[in-house]
Amino acid sequence: MIPFEHFLILSALLFAVGVYGVLARRNAVLILMSIELMLNAVNINLIAFAVYLAPTEFVGQIFALFVITVAAAEVGLALAIILRIYRNRASVNIDEMDLMKW
Amino acid sequence: MSASVVLFYLLGFVSLVGAIGTVTSRNVVHAALYLVMSLIMVAGLYVLLFAEFLALVQVLIYGGAITILLLFALMLTRAGSDFKGMDHTQKPLAILAGVAVLAVLLFAVYGTTWPQTVEPASVAFNILGSSLFNQWAIPFEAVSLVLLVALIGAIIIARREERE
Repeated sequence: MIPFEHFLILSALLFAVGVYGVLARRNAVLILMSIELMLNAVNINLIAFAVYLAPTEFVGQIFALFVITVAAAEVGLALAIILRIYRNRASVNIDEMDLMKW
Repeated sequence: MSASVVLFYLLGFVSLVGAIGTVTSRNVVHAALYLVMSLIMVAGLYVLLFAEFLALVQVLIYGGAITILLLFALMLTRAGSDFKGMDHTQKPLAILAGVAVLAVLLFAVYGTTWPQTVEPASVAFNILGSSLFNQWAIPFEAVSLVLLVALIGAIIIARREERE
């Protein structure tokens, strides 16, 4: 049996890598990829909790399913927005998207 | 060490390598492919956790749909042409933030006394499905609606506007 904590540690590592990616990248599509990594790390956590702590209720699995669905919606919408920004400004560099900053 | 433990470390290591490749690769297409590698390995982890349905969904949606969308976005925005502007100047700060988040999470994992854990066991597809459509029917419909609205919104936002 794999120790329960090891799943949590792996998920923490993946989440930290995702945080680094969001902060260190300039390209909006690459930032989106890092966000996907973070959502995925959360899913590992949810499923590990569901399987190890509440095996009869498997709420965590249902929740992870919802997270995946929302992630799919998020990617679709975010990519549409990125395409629109690229069309208007010919760039996907987030440093140049400062129109609403004051 | 049993086979599942060895497999866990293998899958975990490769998924971590994929994740690090995603955030450090200089080539955007390579970054997307590293992401696929990481996501498929996580699907393997789900199988180790006996969450077969989630593993299937992971491969279909993450490995298939989301990756294709990301690759299309990379092509349509010609994101690969700008190699220099890919990484931010605040990289050291980003590493610091990542390490800080990791430290907090590890502190939380080791600082918590967990309830008694049980041996992972498989949940039959039909039980999961009937629970999804009975007990969780309203959240399920809500999330379907979210997906529908998001897709319609995406079409409207990405549509080329006609000249007036």
